[in-house]
Amino acid sequence: MTATAQTAAEAGLVSCETCALLSRPVEAAEPGHCRRCGAKLEWRRHHSIQYTWALVVAAAICYIPANILPVLNTTTLGSTDSDTIMGGVALLYTTGSWPLALIVLIASVMVPLGKLIALSYLLISVQRGSIQSNRDRTRLYRLVEIIGRWSMLDVFVDTFTVALIQLQPLMSVEPGPGVLFFAAVVVLTMIAAESFDPRLIWDSEAIRRFDD
Amino acid sequence: MTHPGEIVACPECDLLQHLPELEAGTKARCPRCGNTIASRASEPIDVPLALTLAAAVVFIIANTTPLMGLSAVGRHASTTIPGGALEMWRQGEMVTAVIVAFCAIIAPGSYILFMLATLLAVKRPPAPHWVGELLRWADSMQPWSMSEVMILGILVALVKIAELATVEPGIGMYAVGGLVVLFTAIMITFDPREVWKRIEWTDDVGETVR
Repeated sequence: MTATAQTAAEAGLVSCETCALLSRPVEAAEPGHCRRCGAKLEWRRHHSIQYTWALVVAAAICYIPANILPVLNTTTLGSTDSDTIMGGVALLYTTGSWPLALIVLIASVMVPLGKLIALSYLLISVQRGSIQSNRDRTRLYRLVEIIGRWSMLDVFVDTFTVALIQLQPLMSVEPGPGVLFFAAVVVLTMIAAESFDPRLIWDSEAIRRFDD
Repeated sequence: MTHPGEIVACPECDLLQHLPELEAGTKARCPRCGNTIASRASEPIDVPLALTLAAAVVFIIANTTPLMGLSAVGRHASTTIPGGALEMWRQGEMVTAVIVAFCAIIAPGSYILFMLATLLAVKRPPAPHWVGELLRWADSMQPWSMSEVMILGILVALVKIAELATVEPGIGMYAVGGLVVLFTAIMITFDPREVWKRIEWTDDVGETVR
């Protein structure tokens, strides 16, 4: 790109997040609504950093009980077994289906943790006004957005296991309290990714250019 | 140097750029951050409409037929998608039941409904501006519609339960697999910019009047 490359915000234009129409707001403080689709115009997502931090912290807190508390309680002829997320992975591994064990391990343990670390890193780097590796950071954000939903895997596994194995009094499976916290982690991190504005990654560069 | 086409800002990095006239089957990427800004399909309305209609039928099958059945010591049990959410609710996990119902039934169902309404409404332009509202709802449902995650979840549950009893996959499972393919095809062939071109502007009410 040439030195004349400019962002919409620098040019006094705001891009509609719904229909992508560029508008020149009459008042910068109150951009108003998109003339084509009627969506509320915003220079950047509202309180992006604060909201994203709040959601990341809430998700990090839920991540602990999600991994410690059992997600499934299996009752076989009177005796009850409790399984945590990691217990479920170990069970899949010992019964010989290691590819599935690996998928569940990635989707349920590594993806949520990776998302929390990635979002925290993006937030801190934006807050410190970093202009390093903007392209890679945007790519990281895109990755978080795309793979985040896959963490819901374990919630579906637990739901259908519970729904199918109701053979009282022989054998039955009940959901444990961990499922709720786990589902909360997934939902909170997904909303966190949606409230983060990737354009903030690039804004520091424009601010420095403006200062020079 | 003059550029044909329109000026847009990249939704991910806000860089202003000329969007060239795209030929069918091509995409435009942002030169700075690499984000795909626009893609052009050959039939941006009719093909996604046909696919969405197919998805509506498959969605109904996926939600009404058994996902899998289980046989153990002479007893038989089976479950459907709504049945799974309902069992979680009965077991006292109300919040989880609602999340499952939302991601597995409500979000994909509403996505199909809103897309169907949008695509039908823009077939004869100009379409009224509230059609844009429908497309916006479809857009907001899309990240929460998790058929592809669910099919993997069903498969993992199937393997886990197979250790304990005989399980057989049901029609519903294949239907969910079909939905995954159809949703992907809708996203590839659909071009939201084509819809916005065909919708009447809400115009500058509240823009200049302040």
